[in-house]
Amino acid sequence: MSRIREAFAHGKAFIPFITCGDPSIEVTEKIVYAMEEAGADLIELGIPFSDPTAEGPVIQDANLRALSGGITTDAVFEMVRRIRRNTSIPMAFMTYANVVFSYGTERFIRTASEIGMDGLILPDVPFEEKEEFDSVCRKYGLDFISLIAPTSRDRIQMIAKEAAGFVYCVSSLGVTGVRSEITTDVGKMVQLVKEEQDIPCAVGFGISTEEQAGKMAEVSDGVIVGSAIVKLCGRYKEQCVPYIKEYVKKMKEAL
Amino acid sequence: MSKGRFGAHGGQYIPETLMNAVIELEEAYNHYKNDPEFQKELTTLLNDYAGRPSRLYYAEHMTKDLGGAKIYLKREDLNHTGAHKINNVLGQVLLAKKMGKTRVIAETGAGQHGVATATAAALMGMECEVFMGEEDTKRQALNVYKMRLLGARVHPVTTGTATLKDAVSETMREWTNRIDDTHYVLGSVMGPHPFPTIVRDFQAVISKEIKEQILEAEGKLPDAVLACVGGGSNAIGAFYHFIEEKDVRLIGCEAAGRGIHTKETAATIATGKPGIFHGMKSYFCQDEYGQIAPVYSISAGLDYPGIGPEHADLYDKKRAEYVAVTDDEAVDAFEYLSRTEGIIPAIESAHAVAYAMKLAKEMRPDQCIVVNLSGRGDKDCAAIARYRGEDIYE
Repeated sequence: MSRIREAFAHGKAFIPFITCGDPSIEVTEKIVYAMEEAGADLIELGIPFSDPTAEGPVIQDANLRALSGGITTDAVFEMVRRIRRNTSIPMAFMTYANVVFSYGTERFIRTASEIGMDGLILPDVPFEEKEEFDSVCRKYGLDFISLIAPTSRDRIQMIAKEAAGFVYCVSSLGVTGVRSEITTDVGKMVQLVKEEQDIPCAVGFGISTEEQAGKMAEVSDGVIVGSAIVKLCGRYKEQCVPYIKEYVKKMKEAL
Repeated sequence: MSKGRFGAHGGQYIPETLMNAVIELEEAYNHYKNDPEFQKELTTLLNDYAGRPSRLYYAEHMTKDLGGAKIYLKREDLNHTGAHKINNVLGQVLLAKKMGKTRVIAETGAGQHGVATATAAALMGMECEVFMGEEDTKRQALNVYKMRLLGARVHPVTTGTATLKDAVSETMREWTNRIDDTHYVLGSVMGPHPFPTIVRDFQAVISKEIKEQILEAEGKLPDAVLACVGGGSNAIGAFYHFIEEKDVRLIGCEAAGRGIHTKETAATIATGKPGIFHGMKSYFCQDEYGQIAPVYSISAGLDYPGIGPEHADLYDKKRAEYVAVTDDEAVDAFEYLSRTEGIIPAIESAHAVAYAMKLAKEMRPDQCIVVNLSGRGDKDCAAIARYRGEDIYE
């Protein structure tokens, strides 16, 4: 079983996302430990990109803050090396195709695997383009995570069939960011995936409250939260760690 | 399987949320492009509304002054709304209407594509929203007013460098937000498949006409065709029907800004490397970690860090050449064409004029070149005046 699959082996999974280097790479490392202690099951580490087209304003701003702080892909790799000396919590990179491609797709994925990452999520790589990344991920034992969206309809079957690790169910139209309500029939999406493959499904985009997390966990195997946590990084900066720990704990308990 | 490839370039690098939308668009386009009724409607719009065919004008004064090859100007600046952008927009908005969409969204740099989209939306009774970098709304304030006059809503984009690339990103984000009733009228030969193909097909009318017109005027094909390149829609339009004519040099003129050895440049082929951005694989200006560069050009329409995938492939295959033209050279050409021919070109098009001024001199008088004059320069007068130190505001 891959480490990502294991993340779903102990009940509903809570999957927090953070942008590496916001407010600083040192604080990012501390956030990872704090989130693990608070009960996170799998951590998404965002490698900043200058033009993150799938993100709402909160994560866009975090990307720009991190980049203006001088964060690079190599600095993120170094941080993961340090983290892996202290914890074996499942972790996946979330970034954009160009960050991987420009580094050299094979070089990026080989390095990610060597330093102990478990998965890769690229929101601008749909099923039709995944082979150039997925084939390399398979070679180095990383799960290339597939996404399905409320608009996927007849595509869900095809995507689910080849999915690895877990399926990332996008809860709503639009970009990442906090929403007051989620209207998509996520349960139906999850059901269509499960008909094709017995693979964990985690729901992301728009989730910020315990109530939303609880509801989504009822119909899926886990909940992904990004903007609500990144907002805390933006608000409390160097002092954000205890606030994030508290939030993750609360959310995990709500599942 | 990956679709819409031009050699190694192109593809569909977009969020899953948009995949069914681009598949639906591709299917609709493949249907309507072979539909005689659709083609007839489009031709009527192009001819009676936009004023096609545009003229191929022999620039006699410029030719004599430079003392080399004969120079012809393809007068896309005389189209309704003042640029080649209307060719693509009429096609896409008509297509969107056939698809049952009631709302169009678009990005714009200089504002020409935004104005053209707002125009077609007004004509065909569609709701229209345009995303424009805040920086560009200042550079091109008059175009913002025109779009509003035409009934469109203009959203200033404040993210990133607040220019064309950010406007594209924001329009893509808006499309993921509202897909069912909305078509994204992409303004150049870029983005995910099928956009580079659709936009190229709608702009290919330019080279189709040039070919007929130059054969009538000269009895032979041109020795070179020149066009400015940002995303590259007017250039691919001017090149397309000559791609198989190997004796015709195809020359794309990129915006070098303050020079290709400075950071203030938008010359993608000269300074970029392969990448994946805005839905496509192509060449992009970027740093060693793939962060997209904050490019610069005096021309808001060429101020883009990428180039369309078909251009990237034409470059790889050495079928087309790409040269870099600086702000200074473009402004000189802007003034030169105004004085010698009484034609004020768009600052974008002036990049092609500038290179033609160099090239014509090196060629013989029995040779001829065609410069695609993609747009008119009214929108640029105030900015160029300021560039020359005059205190003029719109």
